Amino acid sequence: MAIGAPDAVIKVQDLVVELDTRRVLNGVKLDLLRGEILGFVGASGAGKSVLTRTIIGLLPKREGLIEVLGVDLDKADDRAKQAIDRRWGVLFQQGALFSSLTAGKNVEFPIREYLGLSAKLTTEMAISKLEMVGLKPDVYRNFPSELSGGMIKRVALARALALDPEILFLDEPTSGLDPISAGEFDQLILTLQETLGVSIFMVTHDLDSLHRTCDRIAVLGDGKIIEAGTMDQMLGSNHPWLKSYFHGARAHDDWHVEVKG
Amino acid sequence: MTAGTLLSGQVTAGGLGLAASGSWTAEHARTLEPLIEHAIRSDTAVQRIIIDVTRIERLDTYGAWLIERTLRVWTSRGCDTRIVGLSDSYGNLFKKVRAGAGKLTPLPRRSNSITATLESVGRTMGAVFADILLFSQMAGALVIAFLRVVAHPTKFRFTSMVNHLERVGWHAVPIILLITFLIGSILAQQGIFHFRTFGADIYVVDMVGVLVLREVGVLIVCIMVAGRSGSAYTAELGSMKMREEVDALRTMGFDPVEVLILPRIFALIITVPILTFLGSMAALYGGGIVAWLYGGIDPQVFLARLHESISVKSFAVGMIKAPFMAIVIGLVACVEGLQVKGSAESLGAKTTDSVVKSIFLVIVLDGAFAIFFASIGV
Repeated sequence: MAIGAPDAVIKVQDLVVELDTRRVLNGVKLDLLRGEILGFVGASGAGKSVLTRTIIGLLPKREGLIEVLGVDLDKADDRAKQAIDRRWGVLFQQGALFSSLTAGKNVEFPIREYLGLSAKLTTEMAISKLEMVGLKPDVYRNFPSELSGGMIKRVALARALALDPEILFLDEPTSGLDPISAGEFDQLILTLQETLGVSIFMVTHDLDSLHRTCDRIAVLGDGKIIEAGTMDQMLGSNHPWLKSYFHGARAHDDWHVEVKG
Repeated sequence: MTAGTLLSGQVTAGGLGLAASGSWTAEHARTLEPLIEHAIRSDTAVQRIIIDVTRIERLDTYGAWLIERTLRVWTSRGCDTRIVGLSDSYGNLFKKVRAGAGKLTPLPRRSNSITATLESVGRTMGAVFADILLFSQMAGALVIAFLRVVAHPTKFRFTSMVNHLERVGWHAVPIILLITFLIGSILAQQGIFHFRTFGADIYVVDMVGVLVLREVGVLIVCIMVAGRSGSAYTAELGSMKMREEVDALRTMGFDPVEVLILPRIFALIITVPILTFLGSMAALYGGGIVAWLYGGIDPQVFLARLHESISVKSFAVGMIKAPFMAIVIGLVACVEGLQVKGSAESLGAKTTDSVVKSIFLVIVLDGAFAIFFASIGV
């Protein structure tokens, strides 16, 4: 049973994480609502990646509660955890494609392991996913080492989407992309949200991307969530770090205008 | 959630109505696919298809693609196809799936097995010649780097070399001693066992002495060094190549051969003779112990016999080979390391190649030396 609001797909409460006795997260409370895009920001080294990796189970936590799709990950057995793994997709910052497999086989990997479809349908679905993220079908045959950074991110996104997940974790999806590709990527994320109804948890430093895609923004500082709310709330905040972040040299003046979508 | 179903509905004049219902999602794709296949195979004579999706409860890209695929098959047969009852939210999903071509451009056809075999033989030979070319290139680059360093000795990366000396030399001593000791012991034991039948036990000392000093010592050490340090060189250089560290060096105006490879190969040239010496001594020691305990040859007798049977020449023959073998191992390891491409798999393949090729070349070189020494009568 879900503890909080019924439509929270991820619920994090009082999370404490320590890395080698250093307390990185100290009482984080955060919800990801169904169907929303949550932008997650914070200074470099504030623990954004640590929080993401803790939620997806790559790092152990000291205290607190993490509930994904109504399942408490502490109490879930291996089968329940695997069932959850199927229902989320993770896009790592560097793509993390398997370098010994072609792009297509990378996307097929989770499909083959989990769904046991015919070879024909598996391949068709992989191609369909690649096309869905804006790649040509023939990228299927390329190895990751033959692809550009932007293409690697797209293939990685296709792999994250392979099982039609309900939750998508994106770790700096637009970092290292040129403004045009980054803009396309933003558009792609919005389209995915619309067509597939996925809930997206996005760690990013890209202010344009935050502004264009995110329904809500959460800010991490001093091991806690300083502020969570819409872009307008962020812009109106008096917190010194938020002020310098959202009103700094790289911010635009026209952000109060709604441009999403 | 129950799996989706596909029901054949009413058949009107040349037209077929299909009703899809239930959950058309990834987890049910496995049961849905046969339904679709079945629907496509039956009713080949229809001219109009209407798929009613009103009663689909859940749809994702899997379900959408399965329906889309069915439509495409029928359209390609010249059928008139239509979907009815598509809700707005699923309409977008359908549009997204429909936008894709869903097909790869076909690859050129493979040639038949005989030409394919010939082709692969040809390619292998090409790779062998390419290897020879690469090794000569690297040898040339090394000579140039060496001459540059001789002209400007301060350019030599002394610290780097000392670091490698420690890793390939000092850290290898225990395992080299252990292995050569065991090899020496085994040689002596086998010798005694077989020579005893015709009362020639004492000649075991000659055999062990000559064999260890001329051949076995240096070969075992080189095989160990190729497996231990050659593979490490390849893996190090390969991962540096993968992460563009080698390119970074080059853009800063440094020659990777001078900075990375020369110190490594120098370290090997210094290390391998020392290890060969230590290994040969350990093997003789092992042989002596076995001769004493198993063959009853007194250590004093062993030493006296050894003194008679071998000369400085046999020792020199073994030692002179060591630095050449070191160069071969280092050269192969570094060439292979720089051949690594982007993938983890190629790093593994090149590391394997490095060890296999360097052991092979070490043995070939040993054979060449044997012919040379025989013909000059040493």
